[in-house]
Amino acid sequence: MTTVTDKSNTKSNTQVEKWIRTYRRMVMIRLFEEQVNELYTRALMPGLAHLYVGEEAVAVGICEALNPTDYITSTHRGHGHCLAKGASPDRMFAELLGKEAGYCRGKGGSMHIADPATGNLGANAIVGGSTGIATGAALSSKRLRTGQVAVCFFGEGALGQGVLYEVMNLAALWKLPVIYVCENNLYTEYTHYSETTAGDILARGTAFGVQAEAVDGQDVRAVNAIAQKLVDRARKGEGPAFLLCNTYRYTGHHVGDINREYYRSKQEEQEWKTKRDPIKNLAEWLISEKLADAAGLTAIETEVRAEMKSAVEFAIAAPYPGVEEVEQDVYA
Amino acid sequence: MPEAAQRELTFAQAVREALAEEMRRDSRVCIFGEDVAEAGTPFKVLAGLVEEFGAERVLDTPISEAGFTGMGVGAAMTGLRPVVDIMFGDFLTLTMDQMVNQAAKVHYMSGGTWKVPMVLRTTLGATRRSAAQHSQSLHAWLSHVPGLKVVMPSTPYDAKGLLKTAIRDENPVVFFEDKMMFKLKGPVPVEEYTIPFGVADIKRQGEDITIVATSSMVQVALGAAELLEKIGISAEVIDPRTTWPLDEKTLIESAKKTSRAMVVDEGYGRYGVTGEIASVIAEGAFYNLEAPVKRMGAMHVPIPFSPPLEDVTVPTDQTIFEAARALCGKE
Ligand SMILES: Cc1ncc(C[n+]2csc(CCOP(=O)(O)OP(=O)(O)O)c2C)c(N)n1
Repeated sequence: MTTVTDKSNTKSNTQVEKWIRTYRRMVMIRLFEEQVNELYTRALMPGLAHLYVGEEAVAVGICEALNPTDYITSTHRGHGHCLAKGASPDRMFAELLGKEAGYCRGKGGSMHIADPATGNLGANAIVGGSTGIATGAALSSKRLRTGQVAVCFFGEGALGQGVLYEVMNLAALWKLPVIYVCENNLYTEYTHYSETTAGDILARGTAFGVQAEAVDGQDVRAVNAIAQKLVDRARKGEGPAFLLCNTYRYTGHHVGDINREYYRSKQEEQEWKTKRDPIKNLAEWLISEKLADAAGLTAIETEVRAEMKSAVEFAIAAPYPGVEEVEQDVYA
Repeated sequence: MPEAAQRELTFAQAVREALAEEMRRDSRVCIFGEDVAEAGTPFKVLAGLVEEFGAERVLDTPISEAGFTGMGVGAAMTGLRPVVDIMFGDFLTLTMDQMVNQAAKVHYMSGGTWKVPMVLRTTLGATRRSAAQHSQSLHAWLSHVPGLKVVMPSTPYDAKGLLKTAIRDENPVVFFEDKMMFKLKGPVPVEEYTIPFGVADIKRQGEDITIVATSSMVQVALGAAELLEKIGISAEVIDPRTTWPLDEKTLIESAKKTSRAMVVDEGYGRYGVTGEIASVIAEGAFYNLEAPVKRMGAMHVPIPFSPPLEDVTVPTDQTIFEAARALCGKE
């Protein structure tokens, strides 16, 4: 596990800015998802959504180590990745409501947000479905010498998909700048990962000669430090990495998964929320290091909350795409 | 429908009952798939089965569709009768080598020596606001391949009887359930019954036009038939129930009788089930037809998420009604 060792630097202005930005992003994801749940319960959102609450430190810690032009691929639980990479909440909400102002003109919805402007190659509703895409983006980067790094986010459920092993082998053979980020939140849908995952997770990377590391996914500073190391390595042409982030989803597999006690206890959920909350942990550190005070952090939360509220209002008021849109964009 | 059919079950209950009865009857029958045990699948179709039959026969798998479908093939060849659960029909793409190159060909390639008595259960159907990777109807792909049988029930009664037949069949059978129909209720007798493959069911008798429909489109077509009746058009609604084997005779006979036919299916129109059935009717009833056979399928686009867009991609009772009215030359 990595700890932040550059403490002397953390007080420099840029470091203060960085951790406040990090805090803000994590709060943004949390409050964004709060609104999503609200939209669902008020029957304003078509279909379902998979919330990222509890896992914020992973997306934010990693994307903070990326350049705006670096690539990511995301998953069905993708809102956090998209926001961490710089997506704007109003267009995301619009997409979740199927509105024309959404990132995909309403055609994609919650599970398919894509945005070339922020290097987001797309969220994917096929488990493991984006592993090839991310690795292919890394191939482009190497061939075209652009220096971009590709980060492939996936849940531990994707460890079951053979395509992951095919592309990790290729990435290692061709020394591609790709980082496979496995977000182990302990459950696939309704099954504990230990029932579906044999052997050692990190060994899946090392078997191919892919540099493999594990990190506490609730500690954003640790995630960021190790991500920075792996990203730098990849950018220098030293090859792919596999980063296991141990984390937890606070809510159901999707917004409709309310009664969860048949697969995990309330007590377990409570323990993660109270003892290992990534936002609370960062707040405590910011205050103890005197990088922020409680009032300042509350002000950030209030601001972000207002921002989310107006983003939702924008999305609700936005028009649906015209029906003639349905046949557009099938081919380029 | 038999007289004794008093009891009502939902489509999901009918599927579950078929599985439970077959598992009681034959200890070789087992189920595997993602979240099939305690969770009973996301649609809760299999709820209660692991409690009755245990984790040796209702097996939760990792998210490894290619792997466990291939294991289904191997297990079927060697003494089990697996029912492989593929949560969404969209994930069939991940099983395609196992289904198309392995399951479908083993019997033939081995000169009739090995058999693959397995069932792959999966879903089809749009309008659940699930977007392009969770809404497809890919049954035509499987219907295209020699060696596979493809079942598409449209009622709880048919679902139960056809699934029991599927499990007893000596061949790989792909069983499609429209996820929008799981809560549909209908009569299902308590007594044991099975429904043979390749026998179409006339869901509604009519004189003026034949509407052939599959899966949930049967329900939609029945709705359209009601609307047509109001303007004096008597529609016959026929459900082939299996796209392979296909009951060509019943379809052709009906089209000969009514002299007009349309085919409605939720798969893509292009190169799809509607094309095949329309050509069967056109060839078999050509001299009795007064109009070209009309086809209606999903619009040729990935299924969009946005509700107003998604809703126009699939046939509705209204669009079927309009098309049938036009085909009958009624204003
Ligand atoms: C290939 C494939 N199989 C099954 C599913 C259905 N499904 C959606 S999410 C999910 C669980 C994913 O678990 P994990 O990868 O750990 O991500 P998490 O939901 O825990 O974030 C499953 C089985 C799918 N979307 N794609």
